[in-house]
Amino acid sequence: MIEVLTTGLPNTVQDLGRPGRLELGISHGGAMDKTALAVANLMLGNEATAAGIEVALYPFRLRAHVDTAVAVTGADCRVTVADRRYPPWWAMPIRAGETLVVEAPRAGARSYVALAGGIDVPLVAGARATDVKGGFGGLEGRGLSRGDRLRLNPAQPLLPAGGIGAAVEERRPAPGDATELRVLPAAEFDVFTPQAQAAFTGTEWLVTNDANRMGYRLAGETLSLASPLELLSHGIVPGTVQVPPAGQPIIQLAEANTCGGYPKIATVIEADLWRLAQAPVGTRLRFSFVSSQEATEALGARCRWLDSFAATLKPMRQPG
Amino acid sequence: MAVAAPRISLAGSGALLLDAAQGAFSDAVQHRVWAVANAALGLEAVREAVPGMNNLLVLFDPLAATAADIGARLGSLWAKADAAEVAGRRHTIPVAYGGADGEDLAAWAAHCGMTAEEAVRRHTDATYTVAAVGAMPGFPYLSGLDPRLAWARRGTPRFKVAEGAVIIGGAQAGIMPITAPSGWHIIGHTDVKLFDPGSETPVLLRPGDTIRFDIASLQA
Repeated sequence: MIEVLTTGLPNTVQDLGRPGRLELGISHGGAMDKTALAVANLMLGNEATAAGIEVALYPFRLRAHVDTAVAVTGADCRVTVADRRYPPWWAMPIRAGETLVVEAPRAGARSYVALAGGIDVPLVAGARATDVKGGFGGLEGRGLSRGDRLRLNPAQPLLPAGGIGAAVEERRPAPGDATELRVLPAAEFDVFTPQAQAAFTGTEWLVTNDANRMGYRLAGETLSLASPLELLSHGIVPGTVQVPPAGQPIIQLAEANTCGGYPKIATVIEADLWRLAQAPVGTRLRFSFVSSQEATEALGARCRWLDSFAATLKPMRQPG
Repeated sequence: MAVAAPRISLAGSGALLLDAAQGAFSDAVQHRVWAVANAALGLEAVREAVPGMNNLLVLFDPLAATAADIGARLGSLWAKADAAEVAGRRHTIPVAYGGADGEDLAAWAAHCGMTAEEAVRRHTDATYTVAAVGAMPGFPYLSGLDPRLAWARRGTPRFKVAEGAVIIGGAQAGIMPITAPSGWHIIGHTDVKLFDPGSETPVLLRPGDTIRFDIASLQA
């Protein structure tokens, strides 16, 4: 069991979400940065479907009530266990009575705290992820509060005393740089004015403070349609960039409504969704179009990287 | 009947949107959307088929098939789809019209130029079809609203509309499955549960189901 000591409601239990239920109106949901959660689980020898904690509000502190192991990935944060300091993207032992502290990030926005065995909350609609909008999954369908106690599934962590880490070079953007997002054109791209099409990729977009697990509202030039358009409601995927009549885009994310009606100018490729998860309020974004093939290659490269990382961990999992 | 070829566009690297809308919503087109959705789930690499209003979003594994390949297959499924009737279930939804849980009833009736009793009678006279489910868990997009009962959505959505609210938005009728923001008008309330996340079948209403509303009570 672990006990949450310091948190905010944006911090939730998450796993890889509920794909396959969009036709029921149930969002994919799950970790906003799925690769980061996957790496945390891999380092602990957890199932890929194990649930951890997505931290979006800092500092986050928890106390272990058993001897176990914890991994923290995602944003670049100062992480300590009982005042022992660890690098980001690290898995390490934590003993009963010890406290984990994750401080506000120097870069990035969301951290993933995984524990050996994974958090033991019920499977609801096929996953343990908290669906904040629907109020189900996770811990009673809500964000974490001080004093919450979370059970862990049984596990035998096999970690060296100093722990282990993952090297993720692409995760370190130079400070001050805009976040680059690769996009594919969406259904209504051609209906926007040439000026709007040019401004979409030619100018920067600011992540406003209206940014959460459902989506991010952006601020920048006004994107106008060449002619008015009435669309019937249609299914949308995380990464969809909608443009409501006011002309300021919204990027739909993990917990977006499964159907929408606004014109869509583009879709952020799946391989880049983690960059949005790690883009705090005030981040400048820049879009660039790629081909379907490039988008697929980027996704394939990430899958291969995860597979090879899992393979390097395998020798550690042999007991004795 | 002749159905025009749909427009097929990318929705990211692993999804295609097939849009068959030709202006106003069409029941005939929707039957074909359901048929193609079912058939698409049989295609290799296809993960999800999500009917919208006269359109269909199909998610696939881009590492197992290209968008061009899936698009071509969807196009041919559409061309030869047998838009047979979907064997939907019938539901009766008892509604407490008006009162505190149906606060827009009087204004809605006034907008329609009728008494509250008349508007409610017309609302219960129609048979509605669940065209699609989406936006929020278990939310039914209902077709079949008497055009005289239509009322454009509110200028400003309410921050919270309660689970069970029976609502009108433009030419569509709906029921809130969860408490959420909505710009639709609230004419009543039902205790029928549309979404139960803990259940084996968490969502009550499916595309092709039909609904009739029944007057449980009326407070004009």
